[in-house]
Parts: sequence; C-alpha cells; structure tokens
Amino acid sequence: MSAAFEAEGLVKRFGATTALDGVDLRAERGTVLGVLGPNGAGKTTAIRVLATLLRPDAGRAAVDGVDVCRDPVAVRRRIGLTGQYATVDEDLTGAENLVLFGRLLDLPTPEARARAARLLDRFGLADAGARRASTYSGGMRRRLDLAASLVGSPSVLFLDEPTTGLDPGRREDLWQTIRSLADDGTTVLLTTQYLEEADALADEITVIDDGRVIAHDTPAGLKQQVGGQTVVVRPRDPAQVGTAAGVVARATGQDVAPPRGGAVTASVDDERAFAAVVRGLEDADVAVTELALRLPGLDEVFFALTDGQRTAPREEP
Amino acid sequence: MTTTATTAPTAPAYRVGTTPARRWPLARHSLALARRALVKTRRNPGELADAVILPVVFLVLFVYLFGGAVAGSTQEYLQYLFPGILVLTTVLTGQVATGLSIVQDMKRGVFDRFRSMPVPRAAMLLGSVLADAVHYVIALAVLFGVGYALGFRVETGLLPALAACGLAIVLGFSLCWLTVLVAVLLRDEIMVSTVGFLLPFPLVFGTGLAAPVETMPGWLQAWAGVNPVSRAIEASQGLLLGGPVAGPVTATLLWSAAFLAVFGTAAVVAYRRVV
Repeated sequence: MSAAFEAEGLVKRFGATTALDGVDLRAERGTVLGVLGPNGAGKTTAIRVLATLLRPDAGRAAVDGVDVCRDPVAVRRRIGLTGQYATVDEDLTGAENLVLFGRLLDLPTPEARARAARLLDRFGLADAGARRASTYSGGMRRRLDLAASLVGSPSVLFLDEPTTGLDPGRREDLWQTIRSLADDGTTVLLTTQYLEEADALADEITVIDDGRVIAHDTPAGLKQQVGGQTVVVRPRDPAQVGTAAGVVARATGQDVAPPRGGAVTASVDDERAFAAVVRGLEDADVAVTELALRLPGLDEVFFALTDGQRTAPREEP
Repeated sequence: MTTTATTAPTAPAYRVGTTPARRWPLARHSLALARRALVKTRRNPGELADAVILPVVFLVLFVYLFGGAVAGSTQEYLQYLFPGILVLTTVLTGQVATGLSIVQDMKRGVFDRFRSMPVPRAAMLLGSVLADAVHYVIALAVLFGVGYALGFRVETGLLPALAACGLAIVLGFSLCWLTVLVAVLLRDEIMVSTVGFLLPFPLVFGTGLAAPVETMPGWLQAWAGVNPVSRAIEASQGLLLGGPVAGPVTATLLWSAAFLAVFGTAAVVAYRRVV
C-alpha cells in the first residue's frame, strides 16, 4: 500500500535555529499518525512543510505521491489543515466561512452551500451557522475550524494540536470526531503534547524532540518502551520526597525521575510493582496526598526515551 | 463498525476524487475574496470612515480657508478645487486602508488556510484591491453629494463626469499597488499606515490641485510638470469643467498602465516570496 503522506530527511532552519533536523514521517492511507513532542520540537514546522506553507531546506515530502515542492497546488487540492489557532475569518458567519472555502476550492456555489450546511450540521453548529464566528465559544471555533478543513473532502488532514485549550468534555467530543474521520478513510496527522491523546487516537506515534525523531512505534509499543504506566507519589510532608523516591526506586527497580512539584514519578512495568510501592510507603511511614497509576506524561516519556538525559521538555519560543 | 470493515478496501469515492480545477482561477478567486472583504466592510463600516471623510474634510477646509484668498470667492474656488479633490479621493485616502487590510490578513490565522488551498497568490492581493475599488466608488459618491450641497456644479455633462470618476478609480487602483508592495515588504501596521499616508502626499499636492502651478517656486513647478497626478487632475478638470481632455486622459491612462505593470508585478513577486 502506498503512503498517504511521506516525508524523508526534512530539514528546516530559521536563521540560527534548526527547527527540523532530518525528520521522517509516514502514514498509510486511512490511518492516524500521532506526532508527539514538546513545544518547539518542530511539530508545527513539519506540518507546515507537508501542507505546502513552508519549503524545506533539505529532504523531500509528498502527499498522495505528489511532491510538495514540485506541485504544491496539486497537494493543496488533497489536504485539509487546522492550525493551532483558529483559521477562520471572525468577521464572517460560520456558514459564510465554509461557503467561501468551498468556492476557493473550486466548488460550484450550490455545492459549496450544500456542503457548508452538511458540515455545520455534522459539527453541531447548524443553529450557529448564521452568527459571526467572533461570537463563537472556544469549542465552537475549534469545531468550525475542523469543519473548514473538511470542505474539500481532503484525503489527508493535518491537525496541529487540535485539542489545545479545550476543556476535557469538549476534547472527548473532538476525539470522537477525529476517530469517525479516520473510519471514513481520511488519513490524519495529528500533533499533540499528550501521550494520552496520541494513545487514544493514533495507529502509530512518532515522537520528535529538538527537530529529530527519537521514537516511532505503535501506541502499545511506545508504552512498552516508556514503561507502560507511571506511578505518582506525593508525600504529605514535602520533606519526605527523598524517602518516597527511595521507596519507589526499590519497589519498581526503575530509575526515578527527579522529584518535581513535590511528587515522585517512576514508570512501572506491571501493576504488582504498584502494590510494592504501597507496602513500601507504609513500612517507611510516609503519608501521601496523592498515589496514582497513570499513563506517562510527556516528561516521563522523554525521561525514558532519552535514557534519563532529558527530564523535562525545554520551553522554546 | 461492520460497515467500515466491508468498505475499507475501496475508499469512498468522494475523497479519492480531489476537488477538480476550474477555469479562470485568478478571476474567480479574486472575486470570491473581494466579496469576503466587502462583507467585512459592511460589518465594520467604521473602516470606511477614513476613506470617505478625509476627502470631504480636505474639500471643506480648503474651500473655506483658502477660497477667498486664492480665488477671490469660495464659490469660484470650489469649482476649481473639486476636480482635484476627486483625484485625491482615490489616490490618497484609499491607500492606507489597502495596505492595512493586507498586513492584517497576513497576520491572521485564516491566511494560513487560504495559503493551504489551491488559491493563486495574486488572487489574495487582487481580491483585497478590488474591494478597495468599491470603497472608492462609495467615497466618490459621498464627495459628489457634499460638493453639490456646497454648490459645486458639473459644467460638462453626466458622461464626462462619470468618465472623470472612472479615470480617478483607474489611477487609484493602479497606484495602490505601490502601497500593496510596501505592505508586503514591511508587514507592520504602524509602518504601513505611515508610509501609505505620506507616500501619496508629494504626488497629490505637488500639482495644481489647490492653486495654479504658475504661482509655485521653480522646483515645485518642475515636479508638477512631470508628476503623473498633475495630468490626472488636468484630465479631471477637463472632464468636469470643460477644456483639453484627450492629452491628459491619455497620459493618465498610460501612467496607470505603467504603475500597474511595475508595482503590481513587484507586489505579487514579493508576496510569493514571503508566503
């Protein structure tokens, strides 16, 4: 099967900053690729190259087999893009936005209107279609934005941190929508800062950091690599963080990330280690305010993938 | 989900067939984007205020401040001044708005969406400028209304008066590509409003707009002699009040074609490089 999109050795520099330093990305048709990484890792730059908004300094990228540098216009007929910030015109109504995008995609006006109506309906915006986008709530804007990127029925959809700034309930709704798009056969590239999100949506996950791919695997494989689950221990008395760290290290047999914000975190391969942590804390007489087992956060993913060289993603402008 | 499993091998037809190209993309996309700009104007009519009010302010100010001194009577001066203010309307006051709308669009999120669609780059600029041409029409209509209320009268006829308006719009449309070029290169609202406002000043005022050229110092007369806007004002005077028309109109049209070719091309080239 040929790839829906494919990038090899992408390099992009902005002055002295290297945003992409040889990134490979690939997804089969009808699958969801999650691109996981911190702010400044190069996720948005990679999307902008694939969406023909930026030309790479080196490497090649193709959508549906069409090279993004050689025939950007043909690529633009095949893709939909939803950026990190609302990419709709706030002075226009929801319906006017969608009709305009339809016309710019060369749809005949009646067809553009019909598609706008269908999309508004599908995204629960039918009642708000005649209102200006500036009056929409954050969640409604996100949905309008996603609807806008679907006007051309794209075969590949780029979603740049689509759930950033959404409250949890809205996030679940959007996840559901993204899943249904993939079920319909659309190939999706989704960037995110949350392993949980990539795990929930993606068929494969590429982890990038500092412009480089540091891991590529299925969600199951990646969770295996980073140690499946993370145990979180927050002692009631912050002075006992060191003791707690010792207990967790003994019980799990794993390196423990340096405590942050008064909490100790460590990856656990199996759930029995969790019981050992509980017993160990009791024996050491450490009272806790938080004791949990959850999917690793981005910092723990990085701690595991970089062999402890990186404990937390750096913040970059 | 069983339906998904059975239909998965053959993808739905709608997404394999990508949106087909249609003819005249530049014209159709420019018009679609011009419509968008006009809808925005209708929703924010305040953005039109500058373009509409400023020419009227100039007209009233000049007539009542200088009319008596320059022409002996405000009424005679109004007749002299009005054709020049007509040209000023399109050459001066539309420019800032043109530059600003382009800079603002380039900074908005919706711009990324346009760029990720099969829209010719030139259409994004042309759409904005075409909408401004509609603004010119509105500004000229208001100017004529105020002029007539003050006592200005066309001395030729309806057709020459419409031709004068058309000529002013053509010149404004061509010259505004210079502002577009500046906007694309600077990409900063404050810089663009300053440059867009000041740049046309020597063009508009280094002419016989407000006073006969013969009364000016030599260097200014020399500038007025070569200034293309001088020709446009002469043409406007000829078309509204009578007098020689063919020469100045031809000169204005030729200058407009030159502006459009040079600045229009440069703006589109610069824009393609930026985006």
